[in-house]
Amino acid sequence: MSRNQLLPREPSPPGGPGDDSGCPILHVDMDAFFASVELLDRPELRGTPVIVGAPGARGVVLSATYEARRFGVHSAMPMTRARRICPQATVIPPSHGKYSEVSRGVMEIFQAITPEVEPIASDEAFLDVGGARRRLGPPAVIARMIREQVAERYGITCSVGVASSKFVAKLASRQCKPDGLLVVPADKVVEFLHPLPVAALWGVGERTEQALVRLGIKTVGDLAHVPVATLQREFGAVGAHLAALAWGRDERAVVPHVPDKSIGNEETFPHDVDDPEAIRRELLRLSERVAARLRAAGHVGRTVSVKLRRSDFTTITRSRTLREPTDVAKEIYTTSCELYEAAGLERVRLRLVGVRVENLRPAAAATRQLSLGERETGWREAEQAMDKAVRRFGPDAVRPASLVRRPFDPMDP
Amino acid sequence: MMFRIERDVLAEAVAWTARSLPARPSVPVLAGMRLEVTEEQQLKLSGFDYEVSAEVTLEPQTGEPGVVLVSGKLLAEITRALPAQPVDFVVDGAKAVVTCGSARFTLLTMPVEDYPSLPAMPPAAGRVGSDVFASAVAQVAVAAGKDDTLPMLTGVRMEIEGDTVTLAATDRYRLAVRELKWQPEQPGFQAIAMVPGRTLADTAKALGATGAEVEIALSSVGGTGEGMIGFSSSGRRTTTRLLDPEFPKYRSLLPTEFSARADLSTGAFVEAVKRVALVAERNTPVRLAFRGDEVVLEAGSGDEAQAVEALPVEFDGEEINIAFNHQFLLEGLGAIDSDVARLQFTTSTKPAILTGGKPVDDGVSEDYRYLIMPIRLSS
Repeated sequence: MSRNQLLPREPSPPGGPGDDSGCPILHVDMDAFFASVELLDRPELRGTPVIVGAPGARGVVLSATYEARRFGVHSAMPMTRARRICPQATVIPPSHGKYSEVSRGVMEIFQAITPEVEPIASDEAFLDVGGARRRLGPPAVIARMIREQVAERYGITCSVGVASSKFVAKLASRQCKPDGLLVVPADKVVEFLHPLPVAALWGVGERTEQALVRLGIKTVGDLAHVPVATLQREFGAVGAHLAALAWGRDERAVVPHVPDKSIGNEETFPHDVDDPEAIRRELLRLSERVAARLRAAGHVGRTVSVKLRRSDFTTITRSRTLREPTDVAKEIYTTSCELYEAAGLERVRLRLVGVRVENLRPAAAATRQLSLGERETGWREAEQAMDKAVRRFGPDAVRPASLVRRPFDPMDP
Repeated sequence: MMFRIERDVLAEAVAWTARSLPARPSVPVLAGMRLEVTEEQQLKLSGFDYEVSAEVTLEPQTGEPGVVLVSGKLLAEITRALPAQPVDFVVDGAKAVVTCGSARFTLLTMPVEDYPSLPAMPPAAGRVGSDVFASAVAQVAVAAGKDDTLPMLTGVRMEIEGDTVTLAATDRYRLAVRELKWQPEQPGFQAIAMVPGRTLADTAKALGATGAEVEIALSSVGGTGEGMIGFSSSGRRTTTRLLDPEFPKYRSLLPTEFSARADLSTGAFVEAVKRVALVAERNTPVRLAFRGDEVVLEAGSGDEAQAVEALPVEFDGEEINIAFNHQFLLEGLGAIDSDVARLQFTTSTKPAILTGGKPVDDGVSEDYRYLIMPIRLSS
């Protein structure tokens, strides 16, 4: 069940109620983004339940129309379950190129309004329009303008929350979804927040929610009236943060164009795998892909992390920070294998493995401490040559030998 | 058992022995320090963690034979804090009582029968002045790896060829080599030993303070068995297990031809590097541009704080831009033990060699070489 269905809904008048003078922060969120984009090509499906996601037995829901959500379908739900609770839904396999194109266009609309745009996903962003007021009008007017432009240019709808801080703006957009606009005036923040369930707060996940409910704290208002010291005892540093949020205090500023924080790929196996050789081969394939993406984006990263999900869905992540940042598949692969071996999950049935490189910085500014006896040209150059071959001859032109599948190998089961 | 001894003598000996005690002992008795008064009225303090052993022999003012095991760390803290008066140490049943002036401590004893016996000292191989040895080891150990996941790089390699000992250590990013003379027990003695770097540095420094000669003892060198090395000087001895003698073939890595040479005043260079490095984060480079009679040092980048400083240099060869990890450079400059630092280069991605320049005869001392790998700037 979608968490935002927990929120009480109030009909919001078109301009949003109240005074927007102390509310420079906008949170813009596309409504059922992938599904809405797919509907542009399949207008006949409008008004029907549509699910975007890999249709296979192991796929997950990436996006669903509101018609499908009414049945309880939500993103990240296993496809098999989604189909069971909503058998009449049309399932469309994702085509990511299409979404990123629309996403780029939408972000351009934001950029035209203010440079203070902080994208947090392909389909949502924060804007600080404090500086655009004189040019374009008050925040509520700008919000309406964004909604109109997105609908006009891309034929999809979005919802906008307008508030004095990022997290209230996000709650506001969630509350007015779909196709809505809600202004939470600066002096009405507490009034707005306190009736909400604690789960609405940013950073309150299932665990924290359960812990809070156990303490008898159900609404944000309840939380606000618990002494900070008690919260700190229960939740550590998070406690103080929660107390601040409960009173609508959120000092986080809109940080324009956050650069990539990490680049990763993961793979769900068609069948659970416990053969360490096969796992390593997959780690190699993922490392190659991640490294190629790093190089394409001009990044190097210092931290390599590996994600391992057992067949019972329990997941562990292990990471290691290297001495030198890298964009070389060989180094990423070696580290990934070491992390996999150190995790003690050899011979354990795995459902999914993932490789990620974090701690990114631009490759152009990256320096490298050379080591004794190191060759001047090494794997990095070899892999750059691979990139060139791939650009010219296609994605599978050059691969590590262990990833080449022999079509008629009698030894291949 | 009992003994009486001057506080300073005891405190120093206890502190020295306690250094080799493990911080997190695998078995509780290894946290103990063994104190024994022999029939000959000698006091022996010892510690052992199955890797490193240390033993000091002292002459107490009075003593009654016996042996006891007490917490080494606690004894070290107590003796350090005692007033400057004779210390009486008396074992009374399961307790040891330390009395000094008006202070009195009662310590629990540990089961001495469970304590492992210290390894015997291997056969003596040769001797060297403790101060020479201490400074040579310090010069080399600075380049040894600190990463215990790569044990082979945490060692200092000792290569013995007759009367010459060559010490070498590397962490892959720099390599320090020092040659020194010693007196082998047998002429033509040859051996190779990988000594744990930290232990060697601590031992050499501690023995260096004595000013006497250090006797070096080696066992089963080159064999497949567990090698051991021992150092002894003025009543103190340390033994340590050797590491696997695997080591990079470093001699071929030392460049012999250079395209440029720079001589700088070591002190001024160190000061300048320290200053510009204030804006360099850990592992980020200090850039050096050698032009004619000047070197320009720079650190930091356009996105952050920057620093620049120029220094006079006696330069000979092709102009070069080269960048180093400032910590590596400073440690090398600290190790050359010379007022003039000589850097020799080939290219900005090849190792540079740092030595102590000798302006008087213009001959560079080949005793000590510190090779440093540059940082390659943006690719």
